[in-house]
Amino acid sequence: MTAKVVTITSGKGGVGKTTAVANLAVALAADGAKVVCIDGDIGLRNLDVVMGLENRIVYDIVDIIEGRCRLRQAMIRDKRLPELYLIPAAQTRDKTAVSPSDMIRVCKELRQEVDWVLIDSPAGIERGFKNSIAAADSVLVITNPEVSAVRDADRVIGILEAEGKGSPQLILNRLNPAMVKKHDMLSAEDVLDLLAIKLIGVVPEDSGVIVGTNRGNPVALDPKSRAGQAFRNIARRMKGEEVPFLDLEAGDGLWSKLFGRKS
Amino acid sequence: MADPNSLISIKGLRDGLLVTLGNAPWEELRGALMEQIAARQSFFQGARVALDVGAQIFHVNDLSELRDTLSERGINLWAVVSESPTTEQTSQLLGLATRISKPRPQEITQAASAESGQQTSLFIGRTLRSGTRIEFGGHVTVLGDINPGAEVIAGGNVIVWGRIRGAVHAGANGDPSSAVCGLDVSAAQMRIAGEVVEAPDQAELRNPQKISVVDGRARFESWSAE
Repeated sequence: MTAKVVTITSGKGGVGKTTAVANLAVALAADGAKVVCIDGDIGLRNLDVVMGLENRIVYDIVDIIEGRCRLRQAMIRDKRLPELYLIPAAQTRDKTAVSPSDMIRVCKELRQEVDWVLIDSPAGIERGFKNSIAAADSVLVITNPEVSAVRDADRVIGILEAEGKGSPQLILNRLNPAMVKKHDMLSAEDVLDLLAIKLIGVVPEDSGVIVGTNRGNPVALDPKSRAGQAFRNIARRMKGEEVPFLDLEAGDGLWSKLFGRKS
Repeated sequence: MADPNSLISIKGLRDGLLVTLGNAPWEELRGALMEQIAARQSFFQGARVALDVGAQIFHVNDLSELRDTLSERGINLWAVVSESPTTEQTSQLLGLATRISKPRPQEITQAASAESGQQTSLFIGRTLRSGTRIEFGGHVTVLGDINPGAEVIAGGNVIVWGRIRGAVHAGANGDPSSAVCGLDVSAAQMRIAGEVVEAPDQAELRNPQKISVVDGRARFESWSAE
């Protein structure tokens, strides 16, 4: 197997990187792929909490890098999906415990074992971010329909382009169609207008996501959840499938924008 | 520790940076170098660095450690120049160059002449995203948008075939006859020479505009094909 290494990043904090990683990993694994997620947020780990695996942590990524355990030993198997694994971050260290070349080495080893490696990047554009993108084959930038989040996404996209990572794809998270309709929120069209990258999915605002996050039960496992459906669709698009976008009443211009734009 | 600036000096070369070490114990120099790199991360990021170590003696493990440390920070050490034969041998062993062509200072300065009309022009064929800063002594042409958080500082005119939503400074060397042109300047922050351009009624500025300064006041000229 040769895995695809995908990093999810945003610049701004709190826009849903960790939630997206957990949900995309669950969606890919539920579809039969072998998936490993890596928490890149050393010192502020929480992917383990969102996935409900906190109490199973024995070794973490810093233990792998510093040779205290083998790669296999730090891979925590998910309790629901047998082909889903998590490599947690160390909580008592900081970003300098890992270097970009360490990440490349760990991912190189993982590539032979799994289909997907998803890396949860920390917020910011410093060391932790650089570590997280070092090994990535492709990058997904996630943002909210808020001016500050979009500005940060633009900065991150600029850095990714400068680093030769190619043009990333965009996840627009927590869109509220009713607010967009009242012109109280940026529409998908407004966001794409500034960022000018390819959209891979729009996730609607959904209180179920918060419940799922707190309980360690990603919504992508809930067949009735709209947000879960959006994440499952993104996972399918990551595999190269053509999946029509959810009708989010995000404005009439969205469709023409999605299909009229070169990508 | 002594002032880091006296321990190391950094110069631009045609194709990278030349870092010259002063006369001090290696531990101290190394500290000063790392401090400089940490303080000016974006400046060093991705740089090709040649190191002039003077008479310092380096053994293989010192030098390979340094090379790895630098590469962790995105710096490519390609040459080590030294008066010491031991160090020279070491760097050859590690596949580093031991000679660099002499720096030519006049090539570092921006390729622009002060005479207006004779100015060179810089063409940028893409959108400038937040965090990008373009500084150029001549005219700047951008085919794409200037996003919020991006800056263009030009000695001459700035012509943008796209929306200006970031900061643009034309005539930055003090030439008040410079102009800014953009297809949509409604969210632009503009300066021409020493003047900050205050945008009037917003709706009009969504059309192509040429902005110049006449008698110390900003003048907006709309352009339309009709």
